[in-house]
Amino acid sequence: MNKEEIKEIPKEQFEPAPIDHEGAERLEKPQLSFMKDAWLRVRKNKAAIVSLIILALVVIMAIIGPHLSGHDGYEQDVSKSNLPPRVPVLENMGIFDGKQKIGGEEVNKYEQMNIEEYYWFGTDSLGRDLFTRVWLGTRVSLYIAVLAAAIDMLVGVIYGLVSGFKGGRTDNVMQRILEVISGIPNLIVVILMLLILKPGIMSITIAMVITGWIGMARVVRGQVLKLKDQEYILASRTLGAKNNRLLFKHLLPNLSGVIIINTMFTIPSAIFFEAFLSFIGIGLQAPSASLGTLIEDGYKTFQFLPHLMIIPCILICVILIVCNLIGDGLRDAFDPKMRD
Amino acid sequence: MAKYITKRIIYLIITLFIIASVTFFLMKFLPGTPFSNEERLTIEQRELLNAKYGLDQPVPVQYMNYMVNIVKGDLGVSFQFENQPVMDLLMNRMGPSLQLGVQAMIIGTIIGVALGVLAAMFQNTWIDYGSTFLAILGKSIPSFVLAALLQYYIGVKLELLPVASWNSFSSSILPTIALACFPIATAARFMRTELIEVFGSDYITLAKAKGNSRGEVAVKHAIRNALIPLITVLGPMAVGLMTGSMVVEKVFAVPGIGEQFVKSIMTNDFPIIMGTTLFFAFLLTVIILIIDILYGIIDPRIRLNGGDK
Repeated sequence: MNKEEIKEIPKEQFEPAPIDHEGAERLEKPQLSFMKDAWLRVRKNKAAIVSLIILALVVIMAIIGPHLSGHDGYEQDVSKSNLPPRVPVLENMGIFDGKQKIGGEEVNKYEQMNIEEYYWFGTDSLGRDLFTRVWLGTRVSLYIAVLAAAIDMLVGVIYGLVSGFKGGRTDNVMQRILEVISGIPNLIVVILMLLILKPGIMSITIAMVITGWIGMARVVRGQVLKLKDQEYILASRTLGAKNNRLLFKHLLPNLSGVIIINTMFTIPSAIFFEAFLSFIGIGLQAPSASLGTLIEDGYKTFQFLPHLMIIPCILICVILIVCNLIGDGLRDAFDPKMRD
Repeated sequence: MAKYITKRIIYLIITLFIIASVTFFLMKFLPGTPFSNEERLTIEQRELLNAKYGLDQPVPVQYMNYMVNIVKGDLGVSFQFENQPVMDLLMNRMGPSLQLGVQAMIIGTIIGVALGVLAAMFQNTWIDYGSTFLAILGKSIPSFVLAALLQYYIGVKLELLPVASWNSFSSSILPTIALACFPIATAARFMRTELIEVFGSDYITLAKAKGNSRGEVAVKHAIRNALIPLITVLGPMAVGLMTGSMVVEKVFAVPGIGEQFVKSIMTNDFPIIMGTTLFFAFLLTVIILIIDILYGIIDPRIRLNGGDK
């Protein structure tokens, strides 16, 4: 349509556009909540998504795994001790067929001893099924980690919130206390605590929590200091909001990003610490199993029966790697610097 | 600066005092006694032993003696090894631990920085992904798992390097690798983030506009500036190395402090546990203090904030 043609259009066909003040303010895109926004970002991170799926599988196996093989994880049967892994179907392909080298000769213990059952991951020196024990161990490790992370989060968030929000003298005193506590290497505190507490799930968790919350408290305090002087807090205060409302309605939701990231990184470090303590011999005691105790048990005989050590090793590495990848993905998703 | 350092040293002393007291009282509550075959000892013998080690005095007196001795550098005498002062024992075992720690720190930092620089220079290429993946592995895999696997595959299966012996440099290779993993990962991740930020700054654009090549810009301008904050991760690295040294030394039977510590936990040898705990605490707090002060000297912005983080 050129200029001449436009001039030929009769004037009656034109009418003024409606001036709609409300319409001009309307948002075209649906408003994203904080969590939805983060989820959209995490979804783009393939490594984090794959890790999330693997972690979900591990959690499911930790719940149902001990019941799958049909062997009890605590029942001892010395006649079936130290069996190598044997898996149906796969055994026909020449792997996991129950063969192992003893003194340079390859023997099949299952055939020698007329054992019909299949032990998917083999058995340990007391004839307990490793498959069942590995998943029982995973369950314990995950349980300790989640419990420790939850308590760390609770204590750290409250401490950080109070310290940052109250400010002044309270903040000063709380920070000095924190500084002194954080000067103590946590490894040393944990080991000392475990020496006097009775070894068990609860005592390991408590020992880890004693110093574990400090990181969270610091991060939360830092964020509170940054946020509490912002205009929206001032606005809310001007409108007569009480401290409780400011804390829980305004500050906490804005802190959720850092809290989630921090917790996500606490979980792998708790799993690591539990395994570490079990490995140096002050963690869980027999007969309960965690991944750390399984590795420690397997380590004693790894020259002859490597599968007893390698299988729990692989599992703990997988869990730690996926947890770190998810943590990285979440950090990238929540990091305001990455906003586009 | 002097005020900042004084303040930090006062904190250090308070921290160490608390650690020493806590260690002492925890040891008092410990179940079990350090004397083997206790049931076979007569009451007189037991009293004699208690008197010898000062265990017959009231707890406050023991505490006072303990504190005075610590200040003098006397950490008591081992229960297990007759008449061996804990301080001597620690000093004897210092060598291997120090060697492993320093080797791992140096190798780890060099490889880690190299990986991080490569990742940042070739951001979003396979080099970046490869290096990031390696860093994740290094951060995730526990040092004792790595140590045990190295020992099995390289030491026992391939018989390339000696395991469970400590007589030549070659026997320190595997423990060093196991320990270096964590510093590599820490340094690589840190360098990558830091460099990417530096690469985005104006002075790098200027350096590029002046016609410097990519490599020149990276080496002469970017890396130098990114290396300074690397000092801050040395603290966590030292902590990680100390944690790692206990298990790695146990796995490879290295006659170091970590191995001694794990052993004395098993045998309830209180003076060694207390001594090593204090020693570790002292070492770590001093290292972290030195790192913080160094950083304050290099980057004056820290001082302006009064060191409050």
